[in-house]
Amino acid sequence: MHYPVRLPAIAAAMAGLLFLLPGPRPGLAREGEPGMIRVPAGSYAPLYRQPTAADDAAADAARESARRRVAAFDMDEYPVTNAQFLAFVHQHPEWRRSQAKRLFVDDNYLAHWKGDLELGPLAPPGSPVVNVSWFAARAYLRARGKDLPTVDQWEYVAAASETDRDASRDATFLGRLRAWYARSAPVPLPAVGSGAGTVYGVRDVHGLVWEWTLDFNSALVTGESRGDSALDRTLYCGSGAMGASDFENYPAFMRYAFRSSLEARYSIGSLGFRGVKNGGGTR
Amino acid sequence: MTATRNSWITGGIAAMLAAVVAAGCGRADSSGVSQTVRGEEVAVLTDAPNVPPAITRKYPTKVVVNLEVLEVVKRLADGVDYTFWTFGGSVPGKFIRVREGDEVVFNLNNHPSSRMPHNIDLHAVNGPGGGAAASLTAPGHSSRFSFKALNPGLYVYHCATAPVGMHIANGMYGLILVEPAGGLPPVDREYYVMQGEFYTAGRYGEPGLQPFSMEKAIEEKPDYVVFNGSVGAIGGDNGLKASVGETVRIFMGNGGPSLVSSFHVIGEIFDRVLHEGGTGVVNRNVQTTLVPAGGATVVEFKVEVPGSLILVDHSIFRAFNKGALGTINVDGPENAVVYSGKQADEVYLPEGSAIQSMTDAAPVQAPAANRAERIARGQRVYASTCSACHQGEGQGVAAAFPPLASSDFLNADKPRAIAAVLFGLTGPVTVNGQQFNSVMPALGMSDDDVANALTYVYSQWQNAGHDVTPEEVAAIRRGGPPPTAAIAAH
Repeated sequence: MHYPVRLPAIAAAMAGLLFLLPGPRPGLAREGEPGMIRVPAGSYAPLYRQPTAADDAAADAARESARRRVAAFDMDEYPVTNAQFLAFVHQHPEWRRSQAKRLFVDDNYLAHWKGDLELGPLAPPGSPVVNVSWFAARAYLRARGKDLPTVDQWEYVAAASETDRDASRDATFLGRLRAWYARSAPVPLPAVGSGAGTVYGVRDVHGLVWEWTLDFNSALVTGESRGDSALDRTLYCGSGAMGASDFENYPAFMRYAFRSSLEARYSIGSLGFRGVKNGGGTR
Repeated sequence: MTATRNSWITGGIAAMLAAVVAAGCGRADSSGVSQTVRGEEVAVLTDAPNVPPAITRKYPTKVVVNLEVLEVVKRLADGVDYTFWTFGGSVPGKFIRVREGDEVVFNLNNHPSSRMPHNIDLHAVNGPGGGAAASLTAPGHSSRFSFKALNPGLYVYHCATAPVGMHIANGMYGLILVEPAGGLPPVDREYYVMQGEFYTAGRYGEPGLQPFSMEKAIEEKPDYVVFNGSVGAIGGDNGLKASVGETVRIFMGNGGPSLVSSFHVIGEIFDRVLHEGGTGVVNRNVQTTLVPAGGATVVEFKVEVPGSLILVDHSIFRAFNKGALGTINVDGPENAVVYSGKQADEVYLPEGSAIQSMTDAAPVQAPAANRAERIARGQRVYASTCSACHQGEGQGVAAAFPPLASSDFLNADKPRAIAAVLFGLTGPVTVNGQQFNSVMPALGMSDDDVANALTYVYSQWQNAGHDVTPEEVAAIRRGGPPPTAAIAAH
């Protein structure tokens, strides 16, 4: 389960070679792109939705209709690693730590790396890359013909446990996630593959790092403009529960709260990313 | 923090007058001194149980507060760890002390190692979210907002990031004091105590790193209710300190998230309580004061005698079984007029020779016809009356109730045994080599019952097998109780 961490001294040639590798563990990838998993179409219940009618039957129907349908897409099996991102900055000097525009990254950008082109002890090659901004993550993915997953795509996958496509009401599963979210991130981060799996084969969605989403800053768009303006984007106190669909899905609350705290140039020590492609959008 | 009792009293009067003035003038500065904001300073922040020094400024200023959010694994109880989310590295968060009219510049710094975004809702703020909306801060980032401390009083602050209950349950609360413009009356000691409860997956005392239990939190059934973040944080050697004659002020907050505290100090009466932490209602001579979840109070008292004062939530199972205990260790000379300590410990015999009337005695029946019947009836009497103390097999209870089995005391003297059942037995006796100093009450049984019970006892457990008849019992009853000394001398 461990990506080989004894990377030789960093050399451009080696990094270039790594770039060509499809991913740390291509064995499980099926159907889709190399290193990616084909996630079938389906639906999930978003944490925030339009208010529903008071009586139970109507509420159930509304809940069903509030489920968001997600078209099939390919998703990276693992989060992007330090080694992969190192290969990227070798090829794109403008995204090296010392070169990146401060409009697109903050001062923590790749702060745990030893240098522009040197990972160092806090950034094992096989561990997920963190301290990358939304802009940097997108630049990496676009160079590979991918993009960040939408909140819908990410949450749809995140609702799955190892055995169940929708574990969003599985108390044991949610309990494990709460325990993980409540713990501080270890330093250095463990290698990809050490987090939890999903029934799809996508790994480390939980248990390793937070992940960027394409539309992270639209957490509370419900489609009802008056509702939007009444809700507070920053999810504080009791208002955080207004309009929520499931008051006991604390992990989802924490993810939405986390996304709400972000700006696109932020670089955070527990925030990584992975790519998707060939998605059909969401409805 | 040294002031005489006199200045404390006059200060108290001044504060009362100030409070009256403030009530009459809305938010006018209650001291009549300058309201112009002058200068700038960085707030001194302290960890519980310490409180920053009193503010001596006679004018409001710009106060910069730098508060760091840290997620840390620390001790919750002996052998029990918990991942606390903290304002400043421990629970409760840092104590913040500003003055009425101050302009507070608040920097909330979320440590890069944090997993969570956090924010702060200060109940001392007039404005949406109490600062929460302005302070949501990602890990490794810092937020700044400003507010004017308009209302004097003692206020809770807490994290208000969704899911807010979990952030509070993990320890994200503290106190901010907005000192009235005229200041608080001087006291000798000020302390910071905050109650909060913890909802752990494991039961109280279950060792290891305990995760948060959402289920227990929603049911509001915590396994831990503690002062200052852990069991024993201000207990025993870590207790608060004071000396006889000193005045003590406790800034007492309740972070909750759910429980209301019935705050009480065993062995003290609160001379003054600033009701709910406000400045308008000063209650006097209070035993127990309610501190709501997300609320606070200020209590003041003079310690009169040495010893340990115990802080509790008088919802007392929380103190006894969940950790809500603290101590104030008071040193200094005794004052027997205020409190004597134990002056006597004597046997208590109610008036009328201590006879317990067995009101539920069995209906009167014919005396037993023979020894076998006496033993059979005696067994029932023994089971209902004697076995509670002397136990089912006559084995007694060490150091409390003498044995009847193979009892030298019992077998040596049948009349004495009869007298003991009739009249009771008090004072030191030696039974089978063991000293007992206890009280056996006179049991108020009939002659028949006494005869039957004793015949049963003598027939059991390698005892001498004496037969006791109702006539023998009646004779001893007529003779009256023996002098106590006769028994004690044995």
